[in-house]
Amino acid sequence: MLDSLLRILALTRKELLAVLKDKRSRLSLLIPPVVQALIFGYAATYDLNHVTYAALDQDHSAASRQLLAAVDGSGVFERVADLQRTSDIATYIDARRALLVLQINQDFERQLLSGRGADLQVIADGRNSNTAGTAIGYVGSVVEQFNAAWGGDHGWTPPPVQLVTRAWYNPNLETRWFMIPGMIGTLTLIQTMMLTAMSVAREREQGTFDQLLVTPFRPYEIMAGKALPSMLVGTIQATGVLLVAQLWFRIPFAGSYLTLYAGLMLFLLAAVGIGLLLSSVAATMQQAMLYSMLLIMPFSLLSGLTTPLSSMPEWLQYLTAINPLRYAIDITRRVYLEGTGLDLLLPDLWPLGLLAALTLSGASWMFRHRMQ
Amino acid sequence: MRSLAHAKLRRIRALVWKETHQVLRDPSSIAIGVILPLILILLFGYGLSLDVKNVPIAVVVEQPTAEAMELVASLQLSPYFKPRLLRVMAPAQELLLAHAVDGIVRIPADFSRHVGAGDAQVQLIVHGGDANRARIIQGYVQGALGAWSARQAAQGQQAAVVPVSVQTRLWFNEADNSSYFLVPGLVVLVMTLIGGLLTAMVMAREWERGTLEALLVTPVRSDEILLGKTLPYFLLALIGFSLCVLSARFLFHVPLRGALWVLLSASTLYVLVALGIGLLISSWVKNQLVASQLTMLVTFMPAFMLSGFLFDLRSTPIVVQAISYALPARYYVALLQTVFLAGDVWSVIVPNTLALAAMAAALALGSRLAMRKTLE
Repeated sequence: MLDSLLRILALTRKELLAVLKDKRSRLSLLIPPVVQALIFGYAATYDLNHVTYAALDQDHSAASRQLLAAVDGSGVFERVADLQRTSDIATYIDARRALLVLQINQDFERQLLSGRGADLQVIADGRNSNTAGTAIGYVGSVVEQFNAAWGGDHGWTPPPVQLVTRAWYNPNLETRWFMIPGMIGTLTLIQTMMLTAMSVAREREQGTFDQLLVTPFRPYEIMAGKALPSMLVGTIQATGVLLVAQLWFRIPFAGSYLTLYAGLMLFLLAAVGIGLLLSSVAATMQQAMLYSMLLIMPFSLLSGLTTPLSSMPEWLQYLTAINPLRYAIDITRRVYLEGTGLDLLLPDLWPLGLLAALTLSGASWMFRHRMQ
Repeated sequence: MRSLAHAKLRRIRALVWKETHQVLRDPSSIAIGVILPLILILLFGYGLSLDVKNVPIAVVVEQPTAEAMELVASLQLSPYFKPRLLRVMAPAQELLLAHAVDGIVRIPADFSRHVGAGDAQVQLIVHGGDANRARIIQGYVQGALGAWSARQAAQGQQAAVVPVSVQTRLWFNEADNSSYFLVPGLVVLVMTLIGGLLTAMVMAREWERGTLEALLVTPVRSDEILLGKTLPYFLLALIGFSLCVLSARFLFHVPLRGALWVLLSASTLYVLVALGIGLLISSWVKNQLVASQLTMLVTFMPAFMLSGFLFDLRSTPIVVQAISYALPARYYVALLQTVFLAGDVWSVIVPNTLALAAMAAALALGSRLAMRKTLE
């Protein structure tokens, strides 16, 4: 038992040396996740803070100016032009010079003063319909405030029902809070899985794997020796991203580190298991690389990081059951933002455990099989 | 002079011939170039969607009065919600905690009384984790509420006129279908990766095996090698691209409103750029393992995150915007979204195409230099 442990440790040490002794490969493992977390942390947000719009004010009244001033004053909108004709709308939208055109018709003020209610026409560039929808939502809330102010000044009866919204765990509805914790798993998956798949494939291609097989090492010891270094690298990478989230983006951490790392360990174990399984199937490094890429891309895109799982067709939702990242993202987000405990995370934890058990035993079977 | 050009052409042809044979014999490049794009575009085309439908929500009706039940009906009629009726708040909160519902609509006990007085409130609690989704849900609840007030007004209850109401028109995508912009973006993502991977793996493999050095001592010049090596992969990538476009058009029903030749020429340029990235990386690192990891790092995630395909770049800090200008994917996303959805808008097409052309030229030059340097 102790011998076995010592052998695993020796192999782990050798693997770590192989990965970390070269400065370039050392940096290539530690720097990318942190840099990516920094850049993508800023880029990956559905929130808008700079919406370009053009105004087409055909009323030229005090009321229309007041409304447009409210839009300008919200801090999110930038007026890039004052249009004169309706034919100008297409010019600005088509050329992407404005995301929105706000059109106010001629009798805007007259209708407002007569108490009938007026329209604000919003024309949006739907080439990215999600961005357009968010921007329209912002216009809606500016108009709502305008309505309250105007209605109060001019004796309108307020709308019979008001919707009061409260968002749990993310009061200002910042998408960054949602994205960055999700990246902890995403940014570690690529290199953890590849590192594992490659380390075995490289030995096999160079013929050193056969040498390893004639040593006193048992197959599971070889596997553990290959799995531990990758998990260690993954843990360090995840910690790097976690630090960026907390120290740089200042997203408050609500949960317990113990729970988070427990979840991450299971995730890394599953990721490493998949990597080992791939490398036991692949004959060459190139094949191992190809297989892991074939998995990594769908894993990272179909994980719920950027688009919700629930919007997928049902057959695809079932297919994502084999995606360890899907569970990791759910775990990191919930532990990070909501402080969820292990008991509520069970629906994520057991599939990860099952994945790890299946892939690891599959890989070990393949290794043994090859030996005979 | 003529015989010189002729010899050059012959050498290139021989190289192309040899490389084509290699491609045909090695199924892995066909797998990367043709099968992988098809699989990816299918998986992602179906899998990526921001459309919110059938959101499970809990509706807490503390007092089932006529007005309250009408509001519930209005939520039930909405295609966006799958409401679950409850009488008290506590179990609803538990459902929200367990992520069994995405929001709670609470209609308070005194709702009807306050509707009469004109100051009623409906409470919405959303799960703020996914803020984008939360915002969309909020919009839909507001919409259901609006439909309810309109019906109340029609029944002669209190008029629901607000001073200014917003009328929206979403150009290029009237139905607000998120796959209209996601699928063209996916074409970019897939082509970036495929182009880069094809050349990165192949050239790095030749460096590793030393066959490129062997080639360099022959009369073949380095630019001829580059051309001869790139051409077969270029054709392979074009096949992959055509499959992506065909599935976008006919499987995901994204309209193609611009001219086909514009789409093709822009894409040809982009495939060149993507291949160039792979070439440059591989002649720089000369190691399959590092080259493909590097390609993955500089193509896939940046094209995903920084190209404007999903996230609006105008809202990112200047530094991030500056980085995005260095990425070819940004220009190609703008091109594809415009050519697919808006049509031939030259003020978008011309500058972005020029940027891609400049990048292709710079990459060609760069890989030639990198290749020549290694000769010394």
